[in-house]
Amino acid sequence: MGKRNRNVGIIGIGQTEISSHKEHQNQAEMINEAVRYALTDAEITLDQVDCVVHGNMELFEMVHQPDMWHSLGSGAYRKSQYRLTTGGTTGATLVCVADNLAASGMHDIVMAIGLEKLQEGNATGGITNTADPLWFRHLQTGALTSTSATDAIQEFGEERAKRAAMKYRIMMDKHACLNPRAHRRLGLEYDQMENLMKTSPKLVGDLQLIHMCSQSDAACVMIFASEEKAKQLSNKPVWIRDHITVHREENYNLFGLKPRESTHHYAARKLFGRNGITNPVEYFDVFEIYDPSAWWGLEWLREFLLLKHDEHLKLLENWEFDMDGKLPVNPSGGVTAGNPIGATAMLRVAEAALQVRGDAGGHQVKKGIKHALASGFGGTFWTVLTMLEKDIDWQEVNDD
Amino acid sequence: MRRIAICAVAQHKCEEDIWYKRFQGMLLDVLEDIQEQTGFDFNEETGVNGIVTCSDDVFDARTISNNAAVDAAGANYREEEKVAQDGLNGLGYAMALILSGHDDLVYLAGHCKESQSESRNMCTYLAYDPFYGRPMGLDYLNVAGLQAMEYMEKSGLTQEQMAKVVVRSRQWAIRNPYANATEQVELGEVMSSPMVCNPLRRLHIYPVSDGAVAFLLASEERAYEFTDNPVWITGFGNSMDSYFLGDRDLTSNLALKDAAGRAYKMAGIKNPKRSIDLVEVMDCYAYQQPMWLEGLGFCKEGQGGKFIDESGPAKYNVNLSGGMLAGNPLMIGGLYRAAEAVLQLKGEATERQAADINRAVVQSTTGGAGQFHAVAVLEI
Repeated sequence: MGKRNRNVGIIGIGQTEISSHKEHQNQAEMINEAVRYALTDAEITLDQVDCVVHGNMELFEMVHQPDMWHSLGSGAYRKSQYRLTTGGTTGATLVCVADNLAASGMHDIVMAIGLEKLQEGNATGGITNTADPLWFRHLQTGALTSTSATDAIQEFGEERAKRAAMKYRIMMDKHACLNPRAHRRLGLEYDQMENLMKTSPKLVGDLQLIHMCSQSDAACVMIFASEEKAKQLSNKPVWIRDHITVHREENYNLFGLKPRESTHHYAARKLFGRNGITNPVEYFDVFEIYDPSAWWGLEWLREFLLLKHDEHLKLLENWEFDMDGKLPVNPSGGVTAGNPIGATAMLRVAEAALQVRGDAGGHQVKKGIKHALASGFGGTFWTVLTMLEKDIDWQEVNDD
Repeated sequence: MRRIAICAVAQHKCEEDIWYKRFQGMLLDVLEDIQEQTGFDFNEETGVNGIVTCSDDVFDARTISNNAAVDAAGANYREEEKVAQDGLNGLGYAMALILSGHDDLVYLAGHCKESQSESRNMCTYLAYDPFYGRPMGLDYLNVAGLQAMEYMEKSGLTQEQMAKVVVRSRQWAIRNPYANATEQVELGEVMSSPMVCNPLRRLHIYPVSDGAVAFLLASEERAYEFTDNPVWITGFGNSMDSYFLGDRDLTSNLALKDAAGRAYKMAGIKNPKRSIDLVEVMDCYAYQQPMWLEGLGFCKEGQGGKFIDESGPAKYNVNLSGGMLAGNPLMIGGLYRAAEAVLQLKGEATERQAADINRAVVQSTTGGAGQFHAVAVLEI
């Protein structure tokens, strides 16, 4: 990344409730609800928005070029509009796109819309359909995989690994119960761990139903403005410091079976490196991670935070990822509490931004949040990392 | 505003059914073509790190269609973002990626194989909402028929004039090595070709096509590392009209006029007729060529028929590629338009090269009956 043309701030956030079904709304209406929340939050009118960015997966709802129909609710009428989709990372990509458009000088106020109404399709069928029809489709089982469970069990032993995954899952549910918009608020207790490990149905290998995310309906909308506009319009803009996107080839291990650095680790290493951050656990005050399952969430914390060996397990076991811990993870409840795919990765950034603003309500982290990190996940281990800041002058932070 | 350079373009030849090659193979061909032209690579420090792809899940019948494009677009461990509307928007977004300072080089690649579906109308039928549009059986062809009827009434465009557009398209297409439909046709043949969707006849409708296109873009500072004669993107704009046909004035060119106005303003163009030397429009159906030219300001409002008779398209160097009527797939029709304009501006359009081309405008449309338009201004 070269020198930024101009800075961009987040000035508005809107999200619908995340739920398993929304029979009372069609797709355009669901979008409209979130658009209205975001405009109200930003205290601006639709007229002030000059560009709309839209994204979801066409085949989940079986609508071709859905932005055309969705324009009824998105407010894109007579505005500039872009539609970008990148699978699970879509929401995070839309944040990057809106940031790039506002930073470019081509647009001043950009509204990004991520959505999915998975009830209207078949999410596992849709994800299976991502695989190559000749080579892999007969092997694909949607997004269900237990490789990270197997790896963790091999590395840390069955008991410690399984207890850690279940503790992580219950912690996320505890957080979700604080968030009135979360889809699944199960009310799990830590003393149910043993029982859940025994009784939750197995999906694939050691991946159990309780570990896995749901399929959900929701829309998330974020409004971005150039530094000048953001300062003018908002008294609490959240600043985008940097973001990185790392995709990878479709065919795993195409270039030999030698294990290589994960995209998550690569993205984190590059992003933190160019921003002078040497200890992410110390630097960041909150991390909204895209965790489709408890096993993945746990494994990826190690990758994203550049931890070694069992450091991530120790942090979990010492309650450091809890609301009052050193680095609270997913105060919103995260993805295991609700996964409206095209909105999910944007919800991570939106929730991180709410934490920075201090506006997260019941799930607000008590200590003041200055530096936030959000991740997106999709495709064949694609990753997006976004860094948010409370203060725009982050030069001094560089000298830490 | 800083200038953004197009260093090179590559086009896969369009054909009715490229059954012998997967889209990944087509993408690889255009990638290797551009690498040969410019010598660029994906080096972590000095090469391309920003990749924009253009494709569509429904046409590919694959969720996350860019899953399979990543390998063939060099995006392994790199940034890749997929534009899921007409590819010309990808060009606009690539421009923003460089202007923002996020990237200094962007590789842009799009693909679409219309042949893979039993009928491309089944794909565009899915663009309509399940409550009102689909029960009516709407698809992009049907709504184009409705728009054509209204436009013929407004502008006095006749079947003969539409046939002239098609005949001229084929005359240029035969000089374009990337065009699909190059068979020469006569007026009578077009006028008696089977009626498909009143008033549109078979030859008024762009042929089913497969294709792939790629671009290498660079910041002004880095452009000359890859080419001696860059083409600059100096203007870009797009806009959205209403969704329901009943809410729209189908012949008003509302979104196109917005988009053109934005692009012209950015490029500092006041009088397009005087300052633009070449035009490429996305004429999926014959009536759209004069209609889009009205929206772009080359033809007077409601005078499309007369404009054709007075050889307006020849006067303004319109669609020397043969245009969409010579066969490019949807989703990347706008990218093929831009690729032709780049070749003309560089003086590399071989047999169809026009003289003294310094500035060109390209247009694309997404959605039914031109609901959404994008316009770009390119110059040397």
